[in-house]
Amino acid sequence: MGKTFQEINEKIRTGEVVVATAEEIIDIVKEEGIKEAARKVDVVTTATFGPMCSSGAFVNFGHSDPPIRMNKVWLNDVPAYGGIAAVDAYIGATELSESRGLEYGGAHVIEDLVAGKKVRLRAKSYGTDCYPRLDVDTFITLEDLNQAYLFNPRNVYQNYSAATNTSDQIIDTYMGTLLPRCGNVTYSTSGELSPLLNDPEFRTIGIGTRIFLAGTQGYIAWEGTQFVRNKVEIEDGVTMYSGGTLAVIGDLKDMNTRYLRAASFARYGTTMFVGIGIPIPVLDEEMMEYLAVTNRDIYTGVVDYSVPKRSKPTLRRVNYEELRSGSIELEGKKIPTAPLSSLNRAREIANVLKESIERGEFFLQEPVQMMPTKREFKPLKDVGVE
Amino acid sequence: MKKLKVILYFPPDKTDRPFSYYLVKDYDLVFNILQAEVQPGKRGRLTVELEGTEENIERALEFARQNGVEYRPFNKNIVRNQGECMDCGACIAICPSGALYMDPIDWKLYFDESKCLVCELCLRACPVKAIDVNMFV
Ligand code: SF4
Ligand code: SF4
Repeated sequence: MGKTFQEINEKIRTGEVVVATAEEIIDIVKEEGIKEAARKVDVVTTATFGPMCSSGAFVNFGHSDPPIRMNKVWLNDVPAYGGIAAVDAYIGATELSESRGLEYGGAHVIEDLVAGKKVRLRAKSYGTDCYPRLDVDTFITLEDLNQAYLFNPRNVYQNYSAATNTSDQIIDTYMGTLLPRCGNVTYSTSGELSPLLNDPEFRTIGIGTRIFLAGTQGYIAWEGTQFVRNKVEIEDGVTMYSGGTLAVIGDLKDMNTRYLRAASFARYGTTMFVGIGIPIPVLDEEMMEYLAVTNRDIYTGVVDYSVPKRSKPTLRRVNYEELRSGSIELEGKKIPTAPLSSLNRAREIANVLKESIERGEFFLQEPVQMMPTKREFKPLKDVGVE
Repeated sequence: MKKLKVILYFPPDKTDRPFSYYLVKDYDLVFNILQAEVQPGKRGRLTVELEGTEENIERALEFARQNGVEYRPFNKNIVRNQGECMDCGACIAICPSGALYMDPIDWKLYFDESKCLVCELCLRACPVKAIDVNMFV
């Protein structure tokens, strides 16, 4: 017995669809078993709300009179990339303000736009016969822009290492402030609610999948940068998946700052908290087996961030049940743990998505192309120029 | 019963120990040390919370002054802007006192002010500046 995307969409249309969040499905499977749960439930919603550096937005400002071919662009003093076309630019989340440093970056510009605030646009040009104007200095709002869409090259990490610090000094990282001598452990995945841990083999999630993106409906545009498929069998038959990432796209004009927040990590810089929800169709019992995954069966490594190298040593392997318990054992000591991504808000997103499917406002989109099965994660060949 | 947070400054030749003993014994105060910076030969600084009747707190502070211990009320406190908070948890990673904590059921951030040391570590840890220090209450 199987279900197709079309059959599930028909149920969404008629209002018969049964949806559960990836947390709720665990209890349903426990009570009723895989077979019955797969028959009864049609869609499982997954979600995450965490810091995702590889984010940004394309914007089109419209033409001034006389027109300018903007080749250097700043938004609230944050450089945006203008080497695209006359009045197109890309504002990246981690680009920093030239006047406010680590406190304010591209992520904040994006959040300010979404919040409806005025943003100062400065642009320079070398001037051409067809675009004679040399500079522009004005204010814009999201409403004024012709197009503004979020395009994040790498979001929704399948799984992410937990972080600790074995050195004698406090360090500030994108995994938060790490206290000396393994004073704390931080982690940043929503575990059993996490999208790519619920469809670890990418059976239903692919290019074209419709998703909840920061308050509106967006799409998976491509594999995320650095996409790889890592799959490690752990002794007792449990599999550790990691490496999957997604490139996502959606209309900034319909987004909501509740699910798109600019953040600044001390002595690191800016990043963006992005809320993403992905509905997973329960095509068959095998799919339900994946969806029933619990924090106990999801493992990650605890990595020492005090080693300033590309490959940092992994101190131990840990499951999310232990991470979520508030402390883990590390070399005989109990170390407090803290999340960096908000489980509370991820749950909210999973529920918002669930309700919009139930109300018949959100339909599933079958991928137009599946994710690659083989990809290599290559380092930079830093051979110099000699 | 009243509570008061004060910073006590000890002259280099005084140690805090017998002094706190008198406060507890003679003025019937609950004496809760929030932060101590005491080094031999240097001016010491002790941030304490005193709990007792208003009269006893006043008398105890008068006793302190007579003994060369200066004090000033400690007005700083930590405030969390609930509207801004994303319940991410980055601040609990560094909070040394457990004043900031997450409920393991709803995974929301809670703040138990009575445990707060006003060390201000959470200010730099919060990525959205949802925590602030309030100087006057
Ligand atoms: S000031 Fe220090 S003790 Fe108080 S909540 Fe912040 S980190 Fe915790
Ligand atoms: S770090 Fe800031 S946003 Fe995150 S839980 Fe703490 S106060 Fe809230």
